[in-house]
Amino acid sequence: MSETVHVQVTVNGEQRAMEVEPRLLLVHLLRDTLGLTGTHVGCDTTNCGACTVHMNGEAVKSCTVLAAQADGAEVTTIEGLAPKGNGALHPLQEAFWEHHGLQCGFCTPGMIMAAADLLQRNPDPSEEEVRHGLEGNLCRCTGYHNIVKAVRSAAGSEVKA
Amino acid sequence: MTATHVGRSIRRKEDPRMIAGRANYVDDIVLPGMLHAAIVRSPEAHAAILSIDKSAAEARPGVVGVFTGEDLAEDFAAPLPMAWDPPGVDINVPEHWPVKRGEVKHVGDPVAVVVTTDRYTAVDAAEDVIVDYDPRPAVVNPEKALEDGSPLVWDQFGTNKTHEWSVSGGDIEAALAEAEVTVEQRVVNHRTSGAPIEPRGSIGEPRAESLTLHSSTQIPHIARLQLAGMLGMPEDKVRVIAPDVGGGFGAKLQIYAEEALVLALARRLGRPVKWTESRSEHMSNSHHGRDQVAHVTLGAKRDGTLTGLKVRVVADLGAYMQLLTPFIPELGFPVAGGCYKLPAIDFHVTGVFTNKMATDAIRGAGRPEVTYWMELMMDKLARELDMDPLELRRKNFIPKDEFPYETALGIFYDSGDYAGSLDRLLQNFDLDAFRAEQAELREKGIHRGVGFSTWVEVCGLAPSRAVGPQGVGLQAAFWESAMVRVHPSGSATVYTGTSPHGQGLDTSFAQIAADRLGIDPENVDVLHGDTDQGPWGWGTYGSRSLSVGGESVARAAEKVQAKAKKICAAMLEAAPEDIELADGKFQVKGSPGKSMAMAEIAFAAHVPPQELSADIEPGLEENAFYDPENFVFPFGAHACVVDVDVETGKVKVVRYVSVDDCGPAVNPLLIDGQVHGGIVHAIGQALYEQIVYDEEGQLVTGTFVDYALPTAAEVPSFETDRTETPSPVNSLGVKGVGEAGTIAATPAVVAAVLDALSGHGVEWIDMPLTPMRVWEAIQGKDGAPAGSNGGGGA
Repeated sequence: MSETVHVQVTVNGEQRAMEVEPRLLLVHLLRDTLGLTGTHVGCDTTNCGACTVHMNGEAVKSCTVLAAQADGAEVTTIEGLAPKGNGALHPLQEAFWEHHGLQCGFCTPGMIMAAADLLQRNPDPSEEEVRHGLEGNLCRCTGYHNIVKAVRSAAGSEVKA
Repeated sequence: MTATHVGRSIRRKEDPRMIAGRANYVDDIVLPGMLHAAIVRSPEAHAAILSIDKSAAEARPGVVGVFTGEDLAEDFAAPLPMAWDPPGVDINVPEHWPVKRGEVKHVGDPVAVVVTTDRYTAVDAAEDVIVDYDPRPAVVNPEKALEDGSPLVWDQFGTNKTHEWSVSGGDIEAALAEAEVTVEQRVVNHRTSGAPIEPRGSIGEPRAESLTLHSSTQIPHIARLQLAGMLGMPEDKVRVIAPDVGGGFGAKLQIYAEEALVLALARRLGRPVKWTESRSEHMSNSHHGRDQVAHVTLGAKRDGTLTGLKVRVVADLGAYMQLLTPFIPELGFPVAGGCYKLPAIDFHVTGVFTNKMATDAIRGAGRPEVTYWMELMMDKLARELDMDPLELRRKNFIPKDEFPYETALGIFYDSGDYAGSLDRLLQNFDLDAFRAEQAELREKGIHRGVGFSTWVEVCGLAPSRAVGPQGVGLQAAFWESAMVRVHPSGSATVYTGTSPHGQGLDTSFAQIAADRLGIDPENVDVLHGDTDQGPWGWGTYGSRSLSVGGESVARAAEKVQAKAKKICAAMLEAAPEDIELADGKFQVKGSPGKSMAMAEIAFAAHVPPQELSADIEPGLEENAFYDPENFVFPFGAHACVVDVDVETGKVKVVRYVSVDDCGPAVNPLLIDGQVHGGIVHAIGQALYEQIVYDEEGQLVTGTFVDYALPTAAEVPSFETDRTETPSPVNSLGVKGVGEAGTIAATPAVVAAVLDALSGHGVEWIDMPLTPMRVWEAIQGKDGAPAGSNGGGGA
């Protein structure tokens, strides 16, 4: 594969340009080319959602997007979710921490990015809406209980103890 | 000492890096000059390798090398290990090399490895390798594999039987003869995958004469010992680092071919070599769990008093013996009989080779299987006796004043209050109200049911004398170590030989140490998973970390505290026995004004301002090695409520109420998290997940498309509660909780479905309770589809 394509993409507010293989997946551009290893790969089939990032403001599974398709796009990863500086956290990051919404942490970046997208579309989701909204993200550790709690708390919803 | 940090729901120290995307999993590690490996795997379940053509792969740009089993014959001094050598029992153990020579024995068996300069090229080059196979008949169904005339997985043994193992106590034949009622059932615990969301990964890194392995393992120290042996190197020349590990569930409690391979390749090539498992490889080549068929006979008097339990297990072990493969079906035996008084128990296991991936420990490992059939057999017996199933349980519970209780098998349950946890459960779950609601819903055509599980598990692995060479024969010991080091400024580092992968030990161990050191958990850094950083340890599995590893931390911290008291006494001119730790200060009893903070003592330990005492060594650091006297036996009572759509067979879990008892809580937040995750793991097994091989041994469930993990939409929020019955085994009084939910929940889910279907004539359905199986059961057909392993067919 000697052929390459030019890709220009704004990642977490920083403009990056590079030559990549046409078949390169966005997740590998983020992880291997740019060293943003917060976005994870957990399956080969777009089931697990560990690779979820935002592209042009919407959640996408970056294992199913070619880097070339992201040409000209704005991409936000877990590393760029929080406001810059002072170690500040996004309310969802804070809520996952507060409510023990993670154990091994591997699904967490994708789960938080998917939840952020959900809250953009539905700022005050019911428990049922959170559960269906996160259907595309698998977690093996938490049983989802505390993830749901964290997302609803970040949304300002009343949280059942 | 007053506990100020233990018992609190402190939020985790691990989380800040993980929520920010700054964790460090194996696949995140990039080393200078690093190469990438991909493995050429057998598409055949059973075949002779006739030839391997590497030429196209070798010609591809970016390929550094292509290696077959023959090429690597000199790289390994020993095959992959199996650690069980039970006294008086012969186990058929085939040689198991990382890359196969001659024959492949299951789909996914490695036949070659390619090493390239980048990840994508590795996958391309693996596709370039052309292997010519001569297929042989595959053995898929373990029960048929034992029949005369079955094709053999391994010709040299002349049988597919791997071994037989028995344990018994009491006179089982007399007990069953004396029984007025007996119930019998064939029970399938089907094959599942651990499926942590992080696939496995390993990097071999050469450094002069030594090798470092970065690997997603639950057992770094065991891995070093075993891999050094495989590579023919001294143990000190091999270092194993488990960085952040993205879940294990037993699937990473293993010595894997790929770990040995990346080390051998790194040594050969003089460059770091990384291998990252794809999810398909996880499904085919990370060991599976369960896959047992049990024939269970339970006898009782007409009044419900249990008399005897006889169990015959056929365990499908797959094609090879991995680290603990033949031992897992036996691991449940200490709690065969559950939390009930049973005067006679007879438990027999027959292991079987099949052309499948090996089974080994997956969350619960042997105990979910036992608990599943024991609890469902109690329900079945209750139906037979026309007795309330909870009444039957209460009649047979071991009473709380009879602990420690010796079972018929000579196991000592440490402590328990089984009636107490059931009482608590029924306070939280109003059964009368439920029955009224159930009847109302049934009139509207909604089939709702409840299932109960009152369970006990054995964990805290393990007293070495019970499970090591002098006991059941594992070639290992199971004590744990801890190092506690207080730095000159009074902050501390704890090294534990356990190796967490999501359990939150950085936090709970900091709480344990902090209380004993008189400092804040914020200032205790917990290290693990690096064989060069601390003393030898046995890793994390079997719900052992807190009750064995945490106890070790407590003991090491107490030794530090004792030395701190001596230093404090010397400084304050008091007797060491007059120094007490109270409110975070070391003070002279009765003179609260005369006190020192740990920071002052620690500085004096490193930079003595005056001559202390001749018997006080400089520094403030201690190790502890703790081998438990007994296992610990957590228990509880769970209730699951489901709705069954009788038109489609679809099951929905609508409510789940649990009471767990794992002794005094160190961090309640973490306990709840473990219980939630464990329950969902079990719901997955009960309703959705199954590894399926077809009749030719092809793996049907090779991805997450076919292997259905529960999502957030499939499960409810949980109503958890706890009782606290301390264990007398360790000073913390704690018992494990990591596997509890997985052990407890499958029978509750299945019993709930059977309850929902009452009146439909359905008395049994084998897991997983997929819509088709449930629908077929309602229609009066066998619930097990043809071709599924263990469940019939094939």
